[in-house]
Amino acid sequence: MTSTEKRLASGGYLDRSQVLKFMCDGRQYTGFKGDTLASALLASGVSLVGRSFKYHRPRGILSAGAEEPNALVTVGTGARREPNLPATMLELTSGLEAASQNNWPSLRFDVQSINSLFSPLLSSGFYYKTFMGPSRRAWMFYEHFIRKAAGLGKATMMPDPDVYDSRDDFTDVAVVGSGAAGLSAARAAAQAGARVLLIEQDFEIGGRLLSEPGGATWLHTMRTELEEMANVRIMRRTTAFGLYDGNTLALIEDADPFAGLVMNAARKTCTLLHARSIVFATGAIERPMVFPNNDRPGVMLNSAIRAYVNRYSVLPGRNVVIATADDSAYLTAFDLLAHGARVVIADARPLAEPTLLAKAKQMGAEVHLATNVTDVKGKYAVTGVVLAGKTGTIGVSCDLVGMSAGWSPVVHLTSHQGVKPVYRADIDAFVPGQLPETQFVAGAAGGSLSVSEAIAEGVSAGRAAAAVAGKVERVAEAPVLEIEETAGPTTVYKPIFGQRKAFVDFQMDVTLDDIQLAQREGYESVEHLKRYTTLGMGTDQGKTSNINALKVMAKLRGISIPEAGTTTFRPPYTPVAIGAVAGRATGHHFRPYRLTPIHDWHTANGAQMLEVGLWMRPWFFEASGRDVNTAYVNEMRLVRSTAGIMDISTLGKIDIQGPDAAAFLDRVYANGFASIKVGRARYGVMLRDDGIVFDDGTTTRLEQNRFFMTTSTAKAADVLSWLEFLLDTAWPDLRVSVSSVSDEWAGMSVAGPESGKILSAAFPDIDFSNEALPHMGLAGGTFNDSPLKIIRLSYSGERAYEIYVGASNGEAAWRHLIDVGAAYGLKPYGVEALGALRIEKGHVAGPEIDGRTTLSDLRMGRMVAKRSGYVGEALSHREAFQAANRQRLVGLKCIDPGKRLRGGALLFAPGEPLQGHGRGRMTSITYSPELDCYIGLGLLAADFKGDEVIASYPMKNEVVRARVVSPVFLDPAGERMHG
Amino acid sequence: MLRIDCPCCGVRDHSEFRYGGDATVERPAHDNPDLDAWYRYVYLRANPKGLHREYWQHVLGCRQWLVVERDTVTHSIHSVSFSRRQRA
Repeated sequence: MTSTEKRLASGGYLDRSQVLKFMCDGRQYTGFKGDTLASALLASGVSLVGRSFKYHRPRGILSAGAEEPNALVTVGTGARREPNLPATMLELTSGLEAASQNNWPSLRFDVQSINSLFSPLLSSGFYYKTFMGPSRRAWMFYEHFIRKAAGLGKATMMPDPDVYDSRDDFTDVAVVGSGAAGLSAARAAAQAGARVLLIEQDFEIGGRLLSEPGGATWLHTMRTELEEMANVRIMRRTTAFGLYDGNTLALIEDADPFAGLVMNAARKTCTLLHARSIVFATGAIERPMVFPNNDRPGVMLNSAIRAYVNRYSVLPGRNVVIATADDSAYLTAFDLLAHGARVVIADARPLAEPTLLAKAKQMGAEVHLATNVTDVKGKYAVTGVVLAGKTGTIGVSCDLVGMSAGWSPVVHLTSHQGVKPVYRADIDAFVPGQLPETQFVAGAAGGSLSVSEAIAEGVSAGRAAAAVAGKVERVAEAPVLEIEETAGPTTVYKPIFGQRKAFVDFQMDVTLDDIQLAQREGYESVEHLKRYTTLGMGTDQGKTSNINALKVMAKLRGISIPEAGTTTFRPPYTPVAIGAVAGRATGHHFRPYRLTPIHDWHTANGAQMLEVGLWMRPWFFEASGRDVNTAYVNEMRLVRSTAGIMDISTLGKIDIQGPDAAAFLDRVYANGFASIKVGRARYGVMLRDDGIVFDDGTTTRLEQNRFFMTTSTAKAADVLSWLEFLLDTAWPDLRVSVSSVSDEWAGMSVAGPESGKILSAAFPDIDFSNEALPHMGLAGGTFNDSPLKIIRLSYSGERAYEIYVGASNGEAAWRHLIDVGAAYGLKPYGVEALGALRIEKGHVAGPEIDGRTTLSDLRMGRMVAKRSGYVGEALSHREAFQAANRQRLVGLKCIDPGKRLRGGALLFAPGEPLQGHGRGRMTSITYSPELDCYIGLGLLAADFKGDEVIASYPMKNEVVRARVVSPVFLDPAGERMHG
Repeated sequence: MLRIDCPCCGVRDHSEFRYGGDATVERPAHDNPDLDAWYRYVYLRANPKGLHREYWQHVLGCRQWLVVERDTVTHSIHSVSFSRRQRA
């Protein structure tokens, strides 16, 4: 396609030795290293690159930067398909595969562009009016079709095969943007002695200077100098997308596609940059003009044309109409003229800078003042425009239209922390408001549009930012850059009303008409306007449209632009791959789980593991049965008839020492601990300050001033923090220290009638007789020269021992017990059986201690009957906790033969309608081999009359009868564990 | 994105800390049975705009409970001290 070749013979920031082949919509093209996809397509004569969101209108390339609303493409295939990427930001690489969007069956012939014919239907508020009326049935019906027709690219449904990184970084001074202001700021801050991080979203340093034909030498000097400074780091392909508390910038960095293949290297990296001070040198974005068909392929921003001509060495048109309300467009005209293009300038202003006018005329441009574009001809590519001026209307044929309606400083980051931008009428733009003392603005971002101002402001901002970090060494003047430049706009550009198909937001297809309609219907505030018309809600977040829209609304309402105000700026500035935020914390790494010291034995011996809270624990052992339901019942039988061994290393373990340790525990636990004797253990319950049960466990008095506390697995961290809180903030007078020893001790429990014999055989030096080691007693010893603690405690209701040994000897002790115990029938059991055994015994656990129950709800009120001075005491006496219908712990036994109970079932009285929340709920259930039926624990209103409930489980439509019984199903006298 | 200057460990990211609530409320004595005093301590909070004293624990560091003076408007931190030292 040489006839459409638009590449200039020389110039630009391209490496013409590297020819890159790429595909777009199935056709092969070539470009150079240094191209974006947009510039390479333009160079190849491609101007039509997509269809619009709502009306499926043909669209081309509007801009040359992150603000691009039109030229969005899908890149990659399969699992790497990524939609909605602006072609203007896509660095061209060899083998890139891009596809246009919203074009079925093809870009040129799009069936759904018929939406355009119905466009009056799709005006603002269309969805609300049509589908959100009294009945939502219409919406239910149409949603599928509408979602299919209106939309952008489609993301892949496959898992992301790429690797991402997420990290923290630190610097004295962060400089965002590497244009004239940013480079000057970075250099000044670095010379002052600060560590500097310069952040540039593009793959090339230089910002708008890359579009300045006279800027190359200065740029090269500055860049070389910065690259040689040891205290300066430069991050290219990196967008600062959010500003957070404490001068934290969130950065997203794309890997250098030319760096070659590195194993496991991140495709994108998300960085939280903690900076002492920040210089925002983020530049400004040019605003489009609003005229009919301003969205046609071939209508571009003047600054974009300039970037394509000078940076990318592409002449996008030979016959150009430059529409403007701003002097800077003349520079675009001069560059086009210098490359032999024919240029007609339509300046909306009645007057223009005489030197610019003179030069334009001298270079051969035709200039019309007080003239506006009133229509654009051509559907897939511009063929001409209609100009209306003082002398009437003329048609001008052309292949490219440029437009400038002033500049919008990129204030996004400066506003993320709530600093509202302020309007400056002299440049018709919003600039950053009053920033904190550690943040600075330089150059166009602050409204200073000329290069000389940008350099001067950059130097002083860089110096001030370094001073924040205490770095005040002498700063040399920046090199002088002499180029042709213009001041900002001299008048405020106002769109002319009554124009059809004059687009304000290109990506969301919002026209001037739509804004007028929204205003007529009362959606006047800019925030309402945004939501009613979807203006600014596209992937470009309205970078080119928001200011034009609010100016239109201000005019319609007859208020000033500052009164209309801006919508709220929120992160991210540009779309961010969610994978980069996650970094490597995906899959198993999303939340690491913990392994006990005996884990390897479990997996090697047929344990089915289960993630329980933070831990992996054996669920059941395959030797006990093929599936969990068979296995746990067999494991229950094992414990009740012979003995089982269970890994309890996951329990929280806290070492409590000090002269006041007993007094401390006496306050912390609701039940008394002051009287506990050395060598004895006690079950204890802790309350929260609000009187609700917090956690339970056992604590053993090892010595006069030393206790060994165990907590539930789930609450281990919370209990430790709570004890530390009480000691640090409430009772600093108590001489107590607490320390977690959870990881220091492996724990295992041997439970069952044979457990005493097994332990005697395993540890022959220790006396396991009832006299020497009664229930709740402690015995010490050693195993492999490591201290051993054996506490006779029972959770299952059987005679049982908890054995604690140094973690590194955990597996050896476990193997020893298994070896010795085998002769007695000892086998391991898992958490499913453990949970079932405690239900038979009526012991409460997490499902009952659910953050809503009190001691008396759990039938443990007697524990504190004669006590005072414990945490949670006062509020546990409050009236609400004494209510007659308070739900209290009960046992429930299934009495429908062949049926089962379910945890979470709601409890009703027989005959009562099964509606609402019922009179209580089932908290824990199990099959009981001892009773040969399903049993459960539940919470049931204390004023419930009768001994039978209906348990309703609506999720499965099950209704079962159950008898209300004592929660202790087995051995209420406790003979088994004492025996 | 707070950075808390732990008096024991130095400046650390807030993700190493656990928030512990309002440090201005006075906890009643452990044996104070007054329901109202405890009600006020557990439930009533001022929610001030500006400087606020609050508890943070350096759970992934020295495990000390700290009193942090933080501006609720700007999130800037004005002082950090050991809770125990303030109380003892």
